[in-house]
Amino acid sequence: MSPSPAPATATTGSTSAGRPPVAGSGAPDPAPERPRTRAARAAALTVGLLAALVVTAMAAASIGAYQIPFGDILASVAHRAGLGGYELDRVAESVLWNVRLPRVVLALLVGASLGCAGALMQGVFGNPLAEPGVIGVSAGAAVGAVAAIAFGLTLFGNWTVTVCAFITGLATVLLVYALSRSGGRTEVVTLILTGVAVNAFAGALIGLSIFFADNAQLTEITFWQLGSLSQATWPKVLAVLPCAVLGLIAAPWYARRLDLLALGEKPARHLGVDVERLRISLVLVVALLTAAAVAVAGIITFVGLLVPHLLRMVAGPGHRFLVPGSALLGALVLLAADLAARTLAAPAELPLGVLTALIGSPFFFWLLRRTRRRQGGWA
Amino acid sequence: MTIDQVITRLLGNRAARPPAPHRPGDVLAEARDVTLQLGGRPVLDGVSLTVRAGEVLALVGPNGAGKSTLLAALAADTAVEGGAILIDGKPAESWNARELSLRRAVLPQAATLSFPFLVDEVVRMGRAPWAGTAAEDEDEAVVAAALAATEVTAFAPRPFSALSGGEKARVALSRVLAQRTAVLLLDEPTAALDLRHQELVLTVCRERARAGDAVVVVVHDLGLAAAHADRVAVLAGGRVAGEGPPDTTLTPELLSKVYQHPVEVLAHPDTGVPIVLPQRPPR
Repeated sequence: MSPSPAPATATTGSTSAGRPPVAGSGAPDPAPERPRTRAARAAALTVGLLAALVVTAMAAASIGAYQIPFGDILASVAHRAGLGGYELDRVAESVLWNVRLPRVVLALLVGASLGCAGALMQGVFGNPLAEPGVIGVSAGAAVGAVAAIAFGLTLFGNWTVTVCAFITGLATVLLVYALSRSGGRTEVVTLILTGVAVNAFAGALIGLSIFFADNAQLTEITFWQLGSLSQATWPKVLAVLPCAVLGLIAAPWYARRLDLLALGEKPARHLGVDVERLRISLVLVVALLTAAAVAVAGIITFVGLLVPHLLRMVAGPGHRFLVPGSALLGALVLLAADLAARTLAAPAELPLGVLTALIGSPFFFWLLRRTRRRQGGWA
Repeated sequence: MTIDQVITRLLGNRAARPPAPHRPGDVLAEARDVTLQLGGRPVLDGVSLTVRAGEVLALVGPNGAGKSTLLAALAADTAVEGGAILIDGKPAESWNARELSLRRAVLPQAATLSFPFLVDEVVRMGRAPWAGTAAEDEDEAVVAAALAATEVTAFAPRPFSALSGGEKARVALSRVLAQRTAVLLLDEPTAALDLRHQELVLTVCRERARAGDAVVVVVHDLGLAAAHADRVAVLAGGRVAGEGPPDTTLTPELLSKVYQHPVEVLAHPDTGVPIVLPQRPPR
């Protein structure tokens, strides 16, 4: 088509009636949009997200019971990187490097993993309601993690909890996938009900593990079950880093094929996608990402649901932006949520998972109702 | 070596063999004595059919005759139990998904889409097989031509989900045209369309055939098949009951037998093209 920018072509008005207005989430104009507009929005969004991420990370490192000014953070980081700067006093240095920064990095990794896993999972299932928490994969991964803690497993050293979470998480994704598909489609009802069943079963297994745990392990498990980053340390960061980074690097590589999968399995195959292999690879990546998040932070729901959905409303469903974009926004959301969790009720700390569920559940309600309205019922 | 190539090699992908150039009359796809059962019922029972470049081949026949199954077999979607499907001269199973996508495009009966992609983005998906090849440079022109051919250019900036059934069907066809393969397999492309757009779609099929491609189209309207196809194959009970040019193949005897309803065939007073009508009792 013509290369002229012609920005004012959105004339045909409300062609997509029936798209409900979204309160206060920066919903896009429902008028027809050129792919170019979507691409421009995606680019602007990427820059905006990166900037917001840097600012929020700085704020998260600075704010707390012991305040550290922005300048001191930059100086200390520069000093350690050997780029000038200066060392802070002993307390500040210790708070920054042993408490705040591991927590910031962990929040980034966990948030990015959850957001990205959500986007991938929705793409694989072709269903905007798929999310590791909702369909029970988080709970499945939690079974492995809790069992590892409760039975004091040390098979893989520092990585034991992560590895166990990965194994049970993977088994759960495969199970849910097998149970909720029929005839190449995933119906919403089947998917959600499978999630209910899997969550219930995983809950029972977690309960069983708790039954066998001693008091110290019990505290650890309970805390972790609510979803929290308060025990962030560098070894924990290291424990999830391989899983998260591997998953995050692999994910964007599947973006184009995920777009084609939106047409359905057969049409995707007609367009050259090896659907079987794509699905298996993506299930592995989702399990990697979910396990990474769950192993250190417990079950944090709805981030993977909310994040890709918001991005899709603003920049369209194209996965080339959606997958990395969801990682960025997921990291931002979790960083902000964690900052809120530890400052809102200071000196006490709200459990992070409780906070995200408080915000995420109403959104899930809205999404369910909208999906139902569009389909004209569940049957 | 780029990272993509490294990963491709690690995953054991071999490079896709590009399709060879073809000339009118070349056999691009072929079913040889194909048998296939679905749910214990024989759906194809010794079907042989050739798909030639430069030809519109219409598959007609009553419901459950095996038309869609044959099309799926020719598309290499369904593995056959007996006989063989040849695509570009080689057994269908010897091609990988990417290689098949460079050789044949398939229009499914129903067009679905999981996420609110725009029409323009949907049609652009048809170019996916050519990513990374020299043909990628033509993407813009091919997409524009495909949108124009099915008269959906005006819908390009709209979400696919906001279109009517007939509009969706045309967009789906547009995507198939954008794939620019030598073989087009269309499963009831006219089902959801009004009279004008039915003609439009079959005219597009003829243009593609004249340009040297092979078009296989499943239709229920025998008049459409008679008017636009170079060859028709009448399927019944999983067998080819008749095959050849429309005017000699679509006879009242054959059609009355396979449809189990008396059928009359008239010649159009001006063009002589067969007009097929079910016999109806006078009112």
